[in-house]
Amino acid sequence: MTVPLALEPAGTGWQLELRGDWSLAAMPQIEAQLESLPRALRGPVLCDWSHAAAPGIAPAWALLRRLSDAGLPAAEISHSGSPPHFLELLQKLELDLLTPSGPQVAPLKLEGPIAKLGRWSVLQGRHARGVLEFLGRIAAVIGQAFRRPRALRISSLARHVYETGITAIPIVSLIAFLISVIVAYIGAQQLSRFGADIFVVDLVTIAVLREMGVLLTAIIVAGRSGSAFAAEIGVMQLNEETDALRAMGMNPIEMLVVPRVLALIIVLPLLTVIADAMGLAGGGLLSLVDLNIPLPQFTYRLRESLSPTTFWSGLIKAPVFAALIAMVGTYRGMQVRDSARELGRLTTVAVVQSIFMVIMADALFAVLFVQIHF
Amino acid sequence: MLDPNFNPAIRVRGLHNRFGAQIVHDGLDMEVLPNEIFGVVGGSGAGKSVLLRTILGLRAPDGGTVELYGRDVRQLAAVDRSSLVRSYGVTFQNGALISSLTVAQNIQLPLREYYPASEKILDELAELNLDLVGLNVADGKKFPSQLSGGMVKRAALARALALEPKLLFLDEPTAGLDPISAAAFDELLLYLHSQLRLTVVMITHDLDTLFQTCSRVGVIVDRRMITDTLDGMLENQNPWIREYFHGPRARAAEKEAHG
Repeated sequence: MTVPLALEPAGTGWQLELRGDWSLAAMPQIEAQLESLPRALRGPVLCDWSHAAAPGIAPAWALLRRLSDAGLPAAEISHSGSPPHFLELLQKLELDLLTPSGPQVAPLKLEGPIAKLGRWSVLQGRHARGVLEFLGRIAAVIGQAFRRPRALRISSLARHVYETGITAIPIVSLIAFLISVIVAYIGAQQLSRFGADIFVVDLVTIAVLREMGVLLTAIIVAGRSGSAFAAEIGVMQLNEETDALRAMGMNPIEMLVVPRVLALIIVLPLLTVIADAMGLAGGGLLSLVDLNIPLPQFTYRLRESLSPTTFWSGLIKAPVFAALIAMVGTYRGMQVRDSARELGRLTTVAVVQSIFMVIMADALFAVLFVQIHF
Repeated sequence: MLDPNFNPAIRVRGLHNRFGAQIVHDGLDMEVLPNEIFGVVGGSGAGKSVLLRTILGLRAPDGGTVELYGRDVRQLAAVDRSSLVRSYGVTFQNGALISSLTVAQNIQLPLREYYPASEKILDELAELNLDLVGLNVADGKKFPSQLSGGMVKRAALARALALEPKLLFLDEPTAGLDPISAAAFDELLLYLHSQLRLTVVMITHDLDTLFQTCSRVGVIVDRRMITDTLDGMLENQNPWIREYFHGPRARAAEKEAHG
């Protein structure tokens, strides 16, 4: 293989012979050779292109840049041997680049920890204000709806009830059923050691109705619909669709956010009831198959273990979880700006944060219910 | 690699494209010669973008052949996709810059993919391509969302030129630009065309651009293409072409070009 470059003294200056493949594909070899040129060159340099095959723009550019880095003024560089047709253009461009245009921006200094803390606090402050503003706007739309029912956008609401609710029934049912079978199965293994098999019914009933039904449903819905909310609204932001709505005098909060929030508040309690029923069915089935507890005995024991508030203490949490999921999802969607990466990031944030907030809220409810003996 | 001097650069024979019952192209022929600027014109929905996607090998035609430099695009796309995509540069209508990368990184993206080089060289090449299309080096550090419409078109052109293609496809390069930016873009295109010896295929509705830059024009009418020089088009008796080239906007553009 030919070495792409040979530097030889000629008269008072140098002759630089370019040989072999000088196309873009040979860039790595050419670059290695250019690196081996002396750091500083004196005297005129004549580049001989007669042995360079298929010269590409990028290698020629790299050559010109290296020569000027070596401290050669453009006047001292000449070319011979049918140089490529674009060489003149490149030389002109290089001159443009060397003449500095506009004021140079001073590089940023490293920030001290206090400056970082300050920046962080300001950011958090702004963030908190953004959340408050968002909540305020939602409240304003709902307030308006009392005087102007059209603000509720019933058709949009119906679409979201269908998409977040009806289509979620199969997956919610399946998961609630399976999880309660698993809980009953593990519980039965432990309880049968004490001959307390029958208490599996209590275990399943209370666990499903108080906690698992609603929590599982909320987490599934956060994954399914919270992400969809963020992505849908985020893409609308990127396409300037929300700006278009604003420009037509429509309120994106009213058009996009409130229908989703209300739809989820309607849907999540209903899904929770379904999850509860499927969970109890799973417990019943396992009791029958694994523990030989017949169905009448299961239902009798179920009624015994229920207090009047058990069912409601689960269900009452559902609208709160729904509001959290929907508002986090839509808020993050509205925050999307500029790039596809932002969209992905904020969709992820929406799901993670809404699941986190659901669990936090659940913990608060648990403490509250114990305190008030609910 | 493809031979960039093969004549014609692009040859489309008997192209047939349809979506369900809707026939877009029915026996469309097109030939682009090396080193010319070829304008593609047609009404909305006439199938200009479908034609472009077919030539690029992004869409398999329902019939007919597309040859780039004498090689069938569908075979190339199946066998050696990378040499196919390295032989042409494309700019899309809305720029299609990757939004999470800076302009410089957008330009370096195809270079990184096909030609390993050091960061220093990549930076220099980004500078070169920015300079080539008339952007500042400082613009390279910006993200696409921070650019104006005209700058996006230029940045997209810089990315299309990064692999040093001989063949350039432009989809509505001046759409959405103000007349001054559009005229500047025309000038840039002519300049690059002469300096880099490019073959350019341009879909455009901008009559000014058409009259300023194109040597020949292909008009898609009735699912086929009628190709002629601009002067020939002005004489053409086809009703749609007459309407297109003799409407009030066309007369103004024509006057401009000849005056």
